[in-house]
Amino acid sequence: MWRFRGLGRSYGDASLPPPTNPRAVNTTRANRILHFDGATGILRAEAGLSFKDINAAFLKRGYFLPVSPGTQFVTLGGAVAADIHGKNHHIDGCFGRHVTSLKMRLADGDMVTCSPTQKPELFQATVGGMGLTGNILEVSFAMVRIPSPWIFQESERVSDIESYVEKLAEAATSWPMTVGWIDCVRKGASGRGILIKGRWATPDEAPTEFPSEPLNLRVPFELPEWALSESLVRVFNFAYYWKHLPQKTQGVVSPYAFFYPLDFVKDWNLGYGPRGLTQYQCVLPRDLGPSAVRRLVELVAGLGGASPLCVIKDCGTEGEGLLTFPKPGISIAIDLPVRSGTPAVVGKLNERVIADGGRIYLAKDAFTTSAHFQAMEGARLVRFREARDRYDPRHLFRSAQSVRLMGDAR
Amino acid sequence: MEAKERVVVFGGTRGIGREVARLYAQRGASVALFGRNVSDLERSAADLRARGVPEATMTTMPCDLADPKSFAPALDLAISTLGKLDIIVVTAAVFGTQDALESDSAATARLLALDFANTILFCEEARKRLLKAGGGKLCVFSSVAGDRARSSVVLYGAAKAGLSAYLAGLDARYRRSGLMTICVKPGFVRTGMTDGLREPPFAGEAEEVAQIAVNAIDHNLPVVYAPPMWRSVMAVVRALPRFVIRRMNF
Repeated sequence: MWRFRGLGRSYGDASLPPPTNPRAVNTTRANRILHFDGATGILRAEAGLSFKDINAAFLKRGYFLPVSPGTQFVTLGGAVAADIHGKNHHIDGCFGRHVTSLKMRLADGDMVTCSPTQKPELFQATVGGMGLTGNILEVSFAMVRIPSPWIFQESERVSDIESYVEKLAEAATSWPMTVGWIDCVRKGASGRGILIKGRWATPDEAPTEFPSEPLNLRVPFELPEWALSESLVRVFNFAYYWKHLPQKTQGVVSPYAFFYPLDFVKDWNLGYGPRGLTQYQCVLPRDLGPSAVRRLVELVAGLGGASPLCVIKDCGTEGEGLLTFPKPGISIAIDLPVRSGTPAVVGKLNERVIADGGRIYLAKDAFTTSAHFQAMEGARLVRFREARDRYDPRHLFRSAQSVRLMGDAR
Repeated sequence: MEAKERVVVFGGTRGIGREVARLYAQRGASVALFGRNVSDLERSAADLRARGVPEATMTTMPCDLADPKSFAPALDLAISTLGKLDIIVVTAAVFGTQDALESDSAATARLLALDFANTILFCEEARKRLLKAGGGKLCVFSSVAGDRARSSVVLYGAAKAGLSAYLAGLDARYRRSGLMTICVKPGFVRTGMTDGLREPPFAGEAEEVAQIAVNAIDHNLPVVYAPPMWRSVMAVVRALPRFVIRRMNF
């Protein structure tokens, strides 16, 4: 039995081994860059290399990751396994779209290379396959040339969900990167929020100095659970919203502030107390419109799942992987402090998402049942199982998550 | 930032040595990696090339701590390739737990040879060449285990105590001639060398320890503890009376 684990930033149990075999292999020492071709931008590296290391080495050379999530503490292997998405999904798709080849060790011990054209079935099952098809050893992918290492950002205060979704769609036509959050706590008028749009700054706009990585603040210990009580979260959201006084602000910001706001506070998860947090992230089909988003957000507010963060982002075309998360529609991500009622809350949200024809993001999930997962994934899951069974018939590569969702042996 | 340093890292393919080599590459140095496994050396050199400046030379020399005959040729090749050596860093070493070593005399002989005799033989070859060129810096990784004999590190500690004494001697004898000796004493650091061991408090990361070593080299510090907390911890451990040490199994 094998479970490979990178920097452990998936929120659920995807990188954890099955309960009866509690050992995982740490991949983060396999962190060497093996080749960079300045002409094509293709980077080949060991799969334990972190996005933080890539940024440290390449931002100054005028290259950036093709797709980046909200933290730079992820490995290349994890980025492939979760087929991560970022603020540019509506234009550039998921990370897997930019991967040119993978070197893997399979269950039978064979070392193989796969790509969109070489063993394409293995490639499609591995991209977004949550590490269940084999051990990813090396990743080759295309870096993106950037005009400056700074971001030009415009942020905008929005008063309700409907106009947020409308403005998000409008922004997608002219901005390569968009993201934002809305207040999920306030009942009734819920949905006021901030929409953030960005693009790489031109050399004229950019400051002459190089952006420095922020110094980390740190949550020194687990906070008590009342720190996230609904009233305090309300105060936080209120303050955050009104801090953004003008209707619209513009300016050049550091890419670290733009892409990695969570990384400013180290061990921020300790703020959720001893039981921690989970995140619920789903995508709802585009044709349902903003009313489906409102229904889900109001459901969360009604269930009392207080959350200072409810991130809403539109998704572009479906990804390359058999189980890749995004599809055209609206992605909603909600932090939930883990309390005794959390599995029931996730169950209720899943029922709504199934009814709406949406799906959840496995990199965030810890509480979905296998019945709900099957109901969401249907035919995609059948194809994934076929591919996985071909390359790992005994399911040597499995996780606590695959035990929970796919019925693997514990 | 000092421009165009020429640095040897013996043991630079993994752990702390890998991070030391990266820090030098990032600030524009040329680096020669010494190690046993040629293909692994090549992967590490590629990594340094991607992280370093285009003008720098990243090269590799086969050199095996178990084979003292490999030392002089590797150093001479590094000098002829890079022109001159400014800094030589030695992180290569082996570790064995006391329990494992006591039941394996071959492993004990190997550890004593590599961590004490051969490391010193390498330093002697390095010393001659640095002094001949008018001086330079020799940074060697010893260990806090060499500071006080303890029941859990009798053999490893003895080898490192001897190495620390040798480095202090070099510092006494040659500093005035321009040879700066830097003895790094890491505590427990999370690397391949310590995989599977029970982790004590104050465990360090390779990156952090490498930064401390490079800083000590910049400032010619003869002895440095890493993480710095270990200086205080070892001051206490050194002061413990023998009857206390006998009762502790650390």
